[in-house]
Amino acid sequence: MYGNGYIEIDPTKPVNSLVADEDPVKLAAFEARIAAGDKIEPQDWMPKEYRKQLIRMIEQHAHSEIIGALPEGTWITRAPGFRRKLALMAKVQDEVGHAQLLYSACETLGKSREDMINDLIDGKSKYSNVFNYPALTWADSAVIAWLIDAGAIVNQIANSKGSYGPYCRALDRICAEESFHLKYGHDNVVFLATGTPVQRAMVQDALTRWWPPIMHFFGPSDKLSVHTETLMKWKVKMASNDDMRQQFLNMYVPKIWDLGLTLPDTNLKKNETTGKWDYTEPDWEVFKQVINGNGPCNAERLAVRRMAEEKGRWVRRAILSKDAQYVTPLS
Amino acid sequence: MTIKSLDPRVTRANIDIEAKIGHQENLDQLQTYEVFAQAKRGTHHMHVGSVHAPNSELALMFGKEQYARRGTCVNLWVAKTSDISATEYADDDIFELTSDKFHRDPESYKVMDRIKAYKERQVK
Repeated sequence: MYGNGYIEIDPTKPVNSLVADEDPVKLAAFEARIAAGDKIEPQDWMPKEYRKQLIRMIEQHAHSEIIGALPEGTWITRAPGFRRKLALMAKVQDEVGHAQLLYSACETLGKSREDMINDLIDGKSKYSNVFNYPALTWADSAVIAWLIDAGAIVNQIANSKGSYGPYCRALDRICAEESFHLKYGHDNVVFLATGTPVQRAMVQDALTRWWPPIMHFFGPSDKLSVHTETLMKWKVKMASNDDMRQQFLNMYVPKIWDLGLTLPDTNLKKNETTGKWDYTEPDWEVFKQVINGNGPCNAERLAVRRMAEEKGRWVRRAILSKDAQYVTPLS
Repeated sequence: MTIKSLDPRVTRANIDIEAKIGHQENLDQLQTYEVFAQAKRGTHHMHVGSVHAPNSELALMFGKEQYARRGTCVNLWVAKTSDISATEYADDDIFELTSDKFHRDPESYKVMDRIKAYKERQVK
């Protein structure tokens, strides 16, 4: 479960500064390989900026999966009914598994798993903003499972066609599992939306609260950035944040309205002339605040993660074999 | 300050929200194994990814959880990443077909031409 908002390159940096000290012959061969639709594998030569942006992106994605298990896990103990409890546990376990796949993909670029976890618990690495919000009711977990996973699928399907082999392979595996999450989430939302007035009110309330974070999910508009062009040429980024947001709105707003639910944006409508969705620009100042640690649940999420790392430490130390040796995973 | 969470499990864990922990040292996450899965009997095992594990027994277990989840799999292999040797992508020209090995190409054998010529000679 991950959006695509946090590629941070200083926009005032001139576009060619990203590759200023790269060997032009190697760079040309690298770009030709990508243009031809070939994948880049871990042992290949790659520009420093390509490696850096991929590490940042895959690592954030991995952290998002592992932190994303926390808001949803909130309702495992009180899931309404045994089947839903089993399904929610399976979903949360999937998300943690996705983190494992993504950490492995990122490791092939040369950052160890220990360094990634250290950067997460230090608050140095980011993860998807949506997981810094609380799941106040069971309906929140339904909205997360349907719409956040839907957004993640839009992003992940796009990225699975990117240029870095290990990331693509991990995403193929992840996308296959997400389809169960989406169906499960949709089923839960539909159940509440077609239920008693209290149930309808509950899901409407959750949807209204989650709409701003969902609009933030794909990140701020990045169409104007010259660096986006380079990252798109390298197939690190496969679609602009705005395009992914549009794709999401186009697929899911009609389904939401079809249930008779409303969204808290009176400007939201499909523009028949452009074929695109009009909406009120999300408050990006709030987005910035939350991503920089000031959201409602940032402190709790990281504290839980630190506790888990610390309590498992002695176990890992006890089972570590004496002749263990770390080498970068192959792919 | 301990966390009062919406998640009763988190509240019960009495977590200090400001507690700092030391950094993970090298090998905290153990070593890695590469995992190979066979989708069905009669097919080749294929590399599917890696897992972190202390020994091959647990690597097989994590491999099952990670790579044989809801998919089809009848058999798994694991091998320490450090035990695997690989060629370099930079040297991938070693796999290129070379034109001087035409003797291995089935298309280079033209028996029908010879048979046809022989039969024509017989008729005369």
